[in-house]
Amino acid sequence: MSQRIVPTVKRKQIIELSESGRRMDGRTLTDYRDITIQTGLVEKAEGSALVSIGGTKVVAGIKFEVGDPFPDIPNEGVMQVGAEFVPFASPEFEPGKPDEVAVELARVVDRGLRESKVLDTSKLCLIPGKKVWIVHVDVYILDHCGNLIDTAALAALSAMLSASMPEACIEGDAIRLTGKRMPMPITDIPINVTLAKIGNKLFVDPSFEEEEVLDCRFSVAFKENGMLCAIQKGESGYITPEEVLRAVEIAKDKSQEIRKKVVESLKLKSDKVGES
Amino acid sequence: MSESKIERLISEDGIRCDGRKLDEIRPIKFQLGVLKNTDGSAYVEWGRTKILVGVMGPRESHPKHLALSDKARVEAYYRMASFSVEEWKSPAPSRREVELSKVIREALEPAIFVEFFPRTSIDIFIEVLQADGSTRCASISAASLALVDAGIPMRDLVASIAVGKVEGKLVLDVQDKEDKAGESDMPMAYMPSKNAVTLLQMDGQITHEEFLQSIELLKKGCMEVYKKQKEAIENHFKSAVSNGEEA
Repeated sequence: MSQRIVPTVKRKQIIELSESGRRMDGRTLTDYRDITIQTGLVEKAEGSALVSIGGTKVVAGIKFEVGDPFPDIPNEGVMQVGAEFVPFASPEFEPGKPDEVAVELARVVDRGLRESKVLDTSKLCLIPGKKVWIVHVDVYILDHCGNLIDTAALAALSAMLSASMPEACIEGDAIRLTGKRMPMPITDIPINVTLAKIGNKLFVDPSFEEEEVLDCRFSVAFKENGMLCAIQKGESGYITPEEVLRAVEIAKDKSQEIRKKVVESLKLKSDKVGES
Repeated sequence: MSESKIERLISEDGIRCDGRKLDEIRPIKFQLGVLKNTDGSAYVEWGRTKILVGVMGPRESHPKHLALSDKARVEAYYRMASFSVEEWKSPAPSRREVELSKVIREALEPAIFVEFFPRTSIDIFIEVLQADGSTRCASISAASLALVDAGIPMRDLVASIAVGKVEGKLVLDVQDKEDKAGESDMPMAYMPSKNAVTLLQMDGQITHEEFLQSIELLKKGCMEVYKKQKEAIENHFKSAVSNGEEA
């Protein structure tokens, strides 16, 4: 198929350029594209964020629901992450049930958040053993120009950081909502960083055209204290153990850079949300 | 997770709850050619984890429009039997099984000379009969052998194992109990002759230092699994020859 010829030519070009440390869009190998974070877009959601990395756009929304706890953790709330690929985001997306790519994306975003213990679920219990808060974190891919994982993870995180939860009163076995809002029990700011291996080079924040020709993708999430909390290698190529170590080093630096950006832009926005 | 559990998983002198040392793997038994209707098959008993793998192909792609013009299309189907875990599990594939099928396929595909078989499909069916931790590692390691049994040319075997953090210590080859109570789980798949990591995942919390140690421990563990895989192949073809079959 002719489709495969173009990426083969492009791959050669991308690898040649990378020898001098450059990329097709003018970035160095460790640069992210521009990141923007806008919170509070969807007022009906308890929290929401529209995040873009370069041309990639993802909106995330948080919804609370009263539900049953898992039997093995009866006194803890539940966080559920879902991913939807909106068909206008890419000509390759088709309407219908999430496919394995969407399932993987949701689970990688979920792991980064969950394993960092970003949300203190013990504070989301309503009636011990019976009713807890279910927190739905849903990400919608709106425009796919590469690196969906980092964009979606950042959108989910920003939505959570900007969210407030409903205040509930327990009267016997009844749950009454006071109509007031209270802050979410957030305990960390985990940041996910994705690199692509193309040839023997590592590319931070791969663009769409880089993803088309990559050998494999490597994502790692860091907690604020520098601990690793999630890793995912993806796609049908391989990476050497030495490259894995290098990728983690690079990602650690980048995660701090992005966390700074999140803190800065959310402080600004969250003040504004509080006023309205 | 639950504070009520006082039971320690690692004793003072560094022995785990099943009597293993921290860097000791469970008994692993691979067997090739266990099914009659597949092109290749393998069975593994990895501690109490028991998995059957069948390979069909290379065969005509179905549906045809999914066929790739320059290579074989590899698909993996990781499924857990409804009775394989503590509580009955719905046989419908969960999100976990969908993700695992994807990463298992991506762990095996780099080992297969897919370019030798354009327009065909290679289907890898994995049935977990009993799950006791590290099922993806056991699946990948056994699937490599099923591919060998199918006579599909490969760059190397893919060996896989997991390292976990239990009570603050790194342990090799995580079993279910340790996975559930542990602080982290990190599975890796590795092709030794290519120095190629084809699967790497982690969940939980580890420091950078622990991460570096884990990679070393994973490489050691994969080499042990690799050795057992090779032995299983030798045994299989030796007995095939002595039985007068065509090896």
